[in-house]
Amino acid sequence: MKIVVLVKEVPDTWGERLLDLETGLADRVSSERVIDEIVERGLEFAISFAEQNDGTEVIALSMASEEATGTLRKALAMGADRGVLIVDEALHGADITLTAQVLAAALEHIGFDLIVSGDQSTDGAGGVVPSAVAELLDIPQLPRLATVDLNEKEVTGAHVTDRITLSLSAPLPAMMSVSERFAEPRFPNFKGIMAAKKKPFEVLGIAELGKDISVLDRPRSIMTEIAGKPPRESGVKVIADENSGRDLAEFLKKNQLI
Amino acid sequence: MNMSENSVSQEDFVEILGGLRQFIREKVMPLEREIAEGDAIPESLRSQAKDLGLFGYAIGQEWGGIGLDPVQEAELAIELGYTSLAFRSMFGTNNGIAGQVISGFGTDSQKETWLEGIASGDIVASFALTETGAGSNPSSMRTKAVTTKSGWSISGEKRYITNAPSADVFITFAKVTDDAGKSAVEVFIVPSNSPGVTVGPHDKKMGQAGAWTADVHFDEVAVTEDALVGGKSGVGYRAAMTSLAKGRITIAALAVGQAQRALDESLSYAAIAKQGDDIIGNFQLVQAMLADQQVGVSSGRSLVLDAARNYASGADTRIGPSVAKLYCTEMVGRVADLAVQIHGGAGYIRDYFVEQIYRDVRLLRLYEGTSEIQRLIIGSNLVKQELASN
Ligand SMILES: Cc1cc2nc3c(=O)[nH]c(=O)nc-3n(C[C@H](O)[C@H](O)[C@H](O)COP(=O)(O)OP(=O)(O)OC[C@H]3O[C@@H](n4cnc5c(N)ncnc54)[C@H](O)[C@@H]3O)c2cc1C
Ligand SMILES: Cc1cc2nc3c(=O)[nH]c(=O)nc-3n(C[C@H](O)[C@H](O)[C@H](O)COP(=O)(O)OP(=O)(O)OC[C@H]3O[C@@H](n4cnc5c(N)ncnc54)[C@H](O)[C@@H]3O)c2cc1C
Repeated sequence: MKIVVLVKEVPDTWGERLLDLETGLADRVSSERVIDEIVERGLEFAISFAEQNDGTEVIALSMASEEATGTLRKALAMGADRGVLIVDEALHGADITLTAQVLAAALEHIGFDLIVSGDQSTDGAGGVVPSAVAELLDIPQLPRLATVDLNEKEVTGAHVTDRITLSLSAPLPAMMSVSERFAEPRFPNFKGIMAAKKKPFEVLGIAELGKDISVLDRPRSIMTEIAGKPPRESGVKVIADENSGRDLAEFLKKNQLI
Repeated sequence: MNMSENSVSQEDFVEILGGLRQFIREKVMPLEREIAEGDAIPESLRSQAKDLGLFGYAIGQEWGGIGLDPVQEAELAIELGYTSLAFRSMFGTNNGIAGQVISGFGTDSQKETWLEGIASGDIVASFALTETGAGSNPSSMRTKAVTTKSGWSISGEKRYITNAPSADVFITFAKVTDDAGKSAVEVFIVPSNSPGVTVGPHDKKMGQAGAWTADVHFDEVAVTEDALVGGKSGVGYRAAMTSLAKGRITIAALAVGQAQRALDESLSYAAIAKQGDDIIGNFQLVQAMLADQQVGVSSGRSLVLDAARNYASGADTRIGPSVAKLYCTEMVGRVADLAVQIHGGAGYIRDYFVEQIYRDVRLLRLYEGTSEIQRLIIGSNLVKQELASN
C-alpha cells in the first residue's frame, strides 16, 4: 500500500509569526519553520500503520520553497520512507486552488492508495486543500478524523465534533484528513534522525510532474492589501474596593463573557 | 574527528541534540512534579525515552546503540541535566559503567548476550560496587567470589545501588583470592534472577525522588565461568576504573545542565517577583547573584567540554575528568544555593523547582567519587607526572 502524506511547512505556532508587510508572504527569517503540527499527527498514523503492515510505503509530499528540505527531512526522521518536494518559481505566493492543483498533479505522478492530510493548516487555516485535491483527483474524502481504521480495501474513521460523531468509510483510493483530536505524534528518535539522511528525497519542478498546469496564467485570488494587527489597547483595571465585585461582573457581562 | 561508519556525524548530532532538547521541554519538564511526588518515572515516559534511544546513546551502533563519542555524550548530558535528575538516572547505568564495562571489555559472547538489550532498554543494568566500609576505598570490599566446579559462587552485600529494584543484571565487584593467597577485585555479570540474589526495599533519599537505590545481597550466588568480565582475571577491574573516569565527565555535564536550569529559574523569577514597586531583578545585589551563577555555568560548560575533548583524544584520561567533576559538582551546589536565595522564601517551598535542585544536586558531590577522592586523584597524578618528568 502506498500512503502519501501532504506535509505543509509552517512557521512555528509557539514562536513569533510575522508577515512581510511588503509582499504579504510569511516572513521566513523571523520564525522557525516546522511541519504543521496537525500534519505530524497524520504522519504518525501513516508511519505506525506501515510499522504494522509490511509492504506499506509512506511518502511525504510538500509544496514549498527549497529551504523546506530540512523540515521535510523530519518526516523522514519520524519514519516516512521518502520525500518529494515540489519547488517552482511560478508557485511563489500560490493560492489555495493552485496549491491543490499542483498537489493533485504531484499525487498522480507519485501514485497512491491513500492520501493523508491535516484538516486545516496552522498558518493559512483555509481548510480547503484536502477537499480540493480530492475533487481534482475524483476520489472520496473523509474529513477531520479523530480515529482511523485502514485495510487493503477501505478506510473508515470517526469524524468528531463537539456535538456529534460520524462514522465514515470510503473505498481506496481515498483522501482523509486528521484533526487535532488525532493521536499525538512521536518524536523522531535518534536512529530515525541518522537514517533520514540516507532516504530518497526528490525535488521536482512543475514541468517534471508531467501534467500541463496551464491554469497558472488564469486569474486567481490575489491579496491586494495587508495591514499589521493594531497594537493592543490597555485593559480595564478593576480596583479592589466596595464596588469591585459589581464592576467586575458588569465588565464580564458587557463583553459577553458570562 | 574520527568519522568511522559507526560514529555520529556532527550534522546528525545537532539534530539529535535539538530533538532531545524539545523532548525534555515538551515531555519531561511537564512531568517533573509528578515524578517528584510519585517517586517514580511514569511508565509512558520510560517507554518514550526507550523509543528515543536514550538507553543506549553511549553503546555502539553494532549493538543497536547510538554510539556517541565522549564530547557528544557530554553535550547530551548537559541537556539531560536540565530536568529532574531522576529521569537521567533511569538510563544512566545502562550507558554508564555497567554498559561501558561490557561493551569496552567484555568477551564476544558477553557482548552478544547483553548489549542489545542494554542498548534498547529491554534490559536494565546496575553497577554494584559500594559496600559498607568500601565506598571511597573499594579495595577493602568484603564481597567475595570463589571458584566452583562450573564457575563461581558470589557472596556479599552491596548498598546504595542505583536502579537495583528494576535491574535485570548486576555488574558486580567481588574479591577473588588465588591459591597463593593473593587477592584481587574482579567484575562479574550477575543476572538479577539468579538464586541467592535479593534486593532490599528502596532507600529513602534526600533528593532525586523517582530514582531508586537499594541494598543488594548475594548469598552464594552461582554464576557460570563466562560471568567473569573479559573472560580472564584483571580485565574487569581495569575496565571499571577506565569507565569511572568517563562517568565523571558525565556527572560534571549533568551538573552544568542543572546549574543552567537553576540560573534560568532564578532569572525568570527575578524578572517578575516584586518588592514594593520594583522587580527584584533590579536590585544590584540580586544581579550580583545572577552574575555569579552565570560565571559558574559558563566556566563549568567550558571545562566539561574541554575535559571530554582531552578524554576522547587520549591526551588526559585521569586528571581532566576529576577536575571537571570536582569543579562542576561544587559549582552547581553554589549556584543552587544562590537560586534558593534569589527566590527568597519561595525557594524553600516545593512549588518552586529550585527547592528540588538544591536537594537533587547534593548527590553529585558524593557518588562516582566524592569531592575528596577527586582531589586525591588530581593531586596524586600531578605529583606522579612531575616525578616522571624529572
Ligand atoms: C503569508 C500568506 C500569504 C498568502 N497569500 C495568498 C494569496 O495571495 N492568495 C490566496 O488565495 N491565498 C494566499 N495564501 C493562502 C495560501 O496559499 C494557503 O495557505 C495555501 O494555499 C494552503 O492553504 P491552507 O494553508 O489554508 O491549507 P489548508 O486547507 O488549511 O491545509 C490543510 C492541509 O492541506 C495540506 N497542505 C496545504 N498546503 C500544502 C502544501 N503547500 N504542501 C503540502 N500539503 C499542503 C496539509 O496537509 C494541510 O494540513 C497565503 C497564505 C499565507 C500564509
Ligand atoms: C543516591 C546514590 C546512588 C548511588 N549509586 C551507586 C551505584 O549505582 N553503584 C555503586 O556501586 N555505588 C553507588 N553509590 C555509592 C556511592 O558511590 C558512595 O556512597 C560514595 O562513593 C561514597 O562512599 P561511602 O558512602 O562509603 O562514603 P565514605 O567513603 O565512607 O566517605 C565518607 C567521607 O570520608 C571521605 N573519605 C573517604 N575516604 C577518604 C580518603 N582516603 N581521604 C580523604 N577523605 C576520604 C569522603 O570524601 C567522605 O567525605 C550511590 C550512592 C548514593 C547516595
